[in-house]
Amino acid sequence: MKYKVIEGLRYTKKHEWARQEGGVAIVGLCDYAQDKLGEIVFVELPDVGAVVEAGKSVAVVESVKAVADLYSPLSGTVTEINEVLLDQPETINQDPYGEGWVYKVEMADEAELGNLMDKAAYEEFIIKEEEE
Amino acid sequence: MSKARKTPFYEKHLALDGKIVDYHGWLLPVQYPKGLVEEVRDTRKRATLFDVSHMGEIMVEGKDAELYMQKLVTNDITGMKDGAVIYSPVCYPDGGVVDDILIYRINSESYFLVVNAANTDKDYAWFKDNLSGAVKLNNRSPDYAQLALQGPNSEAILQPLTAEPLSKMNYYQFSKDVAVAGVNCLVSRTGYTGEDGFEIYCFNNDAPNLFDGLWESGKKHDLNPAGLGARDVLRLEAAMPLYGHELSNEITPLNAGLDRFVALGKDVPFNGQEALKQQKQNGLKHRLYGLEMLERGMPREGYPVQAAGSEIGWVSSGSFSPTLDKFIAMALLDPQVADSIKEVEIMIRNRPYRAQFTKLPFYRRKK
Repeated sequence: MKYKVIEGLRYTKKHEWARQEGGVAIVGLCDYAQDKLGEIVFVELPDVGAVVEAGKSVAVVESVKAVADLYSPLSGTVTEINEVLLDQPETINQDPYGEGWVYKVEMADEAELGNLMDKAAYEEFIIKEEEE
Repeated sequence: MSKARKTPFYEKHLALDGKIVDYHGWLLPVQYPKGLVEEVRDTRKRATLFDVSHMGEIMVEGKDAELYMQKLVTNDITGMKDGAVIYSPVCYPDGGVVDDILIYRINSESYFLVVNAANTDKDYAWFKDNLSGAVKLNNRSPDYAQLALQGPNSEAILQPLTAEPLSKMNYYQFSKDVAVAGVNCLVSRTGYTGEDGFEIYCFNNDAPNLFDGLWESGKKHDLNPAGLGARDVLRLEAAMPLYGHELSNEITPLNAGLDRFVALGKDVPFNGQEALKQQKQNGLKHRLYGLEMLERGMPREGYPVQAAGSEIGWVSSGSFSPTLDKFIAMALLDPQVADSIKEVEIMIRNRPYRAQFTKLPFYRRKK
């Protein structure tokens, strides 16, 4: 696999990831997405306290060539945003699953995690997408 | 749409792990693994190699070639010496732009025109429609490959491959039938990056040898490949127009601030002359300005520009500038408003972001 996929995270078809930590989930952009976008030069973050809905755009990530919406994998309330990205948006390229996290959301319904893919399913999904 | 074409360097791009895209029907690398930002920096500091084989080449030959060219383009070509290159827009009678081109004067009866890839067929048809006198046109685009070697190390890379004394070749001059790495080439000191550099044309069959020669020589001088993405950012930093953005059917060379390439006073009437004179007399509705963002935000083509809540124009090209570490844009704005203010708002996803006027070009290389 050309793209990094990590065990223990949950993934969306739009290439976001979520990591559960109790009632909160950390959300970010997958390695696949950052690679497709190229160097990220701008990130628009949600406000802390914003109520987000699964599948709806919550943030915008831009490279020189493209604009991509980040769709929230989960519904809930934003509790924290990664302000490092405002000045160093390229952190997402460098460490998409770590320092490049985008926001934390207090989940309204933890059962939504079940709608997301695990590592194996997501890897399979990428392979199919690459073939197209 | 017809199937996308490969240039003779396609295999080289794959070998270098270039990210291939379909650009106006050509399969070309948008970037290589180092990425667009680094490719821009490499071009400014060292040297990069671009495949620009998609560009079109049209030969104009015959006893009346000079007069024909003078009528066809807006710039004045009569003062050109053999071996000189000039840039010129080509207009329709209404002042709208057919294309912007490079004109290589081989002699007064022979000109080599380099045109935008996406416009090649349209240009050739337009040039044919305007034929007069003893002039022959020949679309040589399918026969030629082209590499752009750009950046301060360019001469050091190219010189060991050729007997041509490059230090004597000035900006916007060329030599033809120059052997480079054993390949017969046309070499010009031109480019679309704002850096010193060369554009090198050869026949398709010879293209891989030319590439290999440059690549080998480049190893000692930090040569890297660069793609279309970097090329677009470099030309924006240098405030060079891109057809479809700063020039079009509807955007005249005067709108784009290219007055010095429009010889309104030429004694031979040229396409667009009357319309452009009229436009100048009546005052421009839009003119090209440089902007830099005061707030973090990515200005993109087509975003509206406002002053005090009223729309005064739009962004024609915008990007992050790796060289300046700023977000920059060129914008076509109403000069009546723009000339009397210092700041505007660029509407990004329906939210205003402040930007201030700045002189074009954004970047100028130190001589």
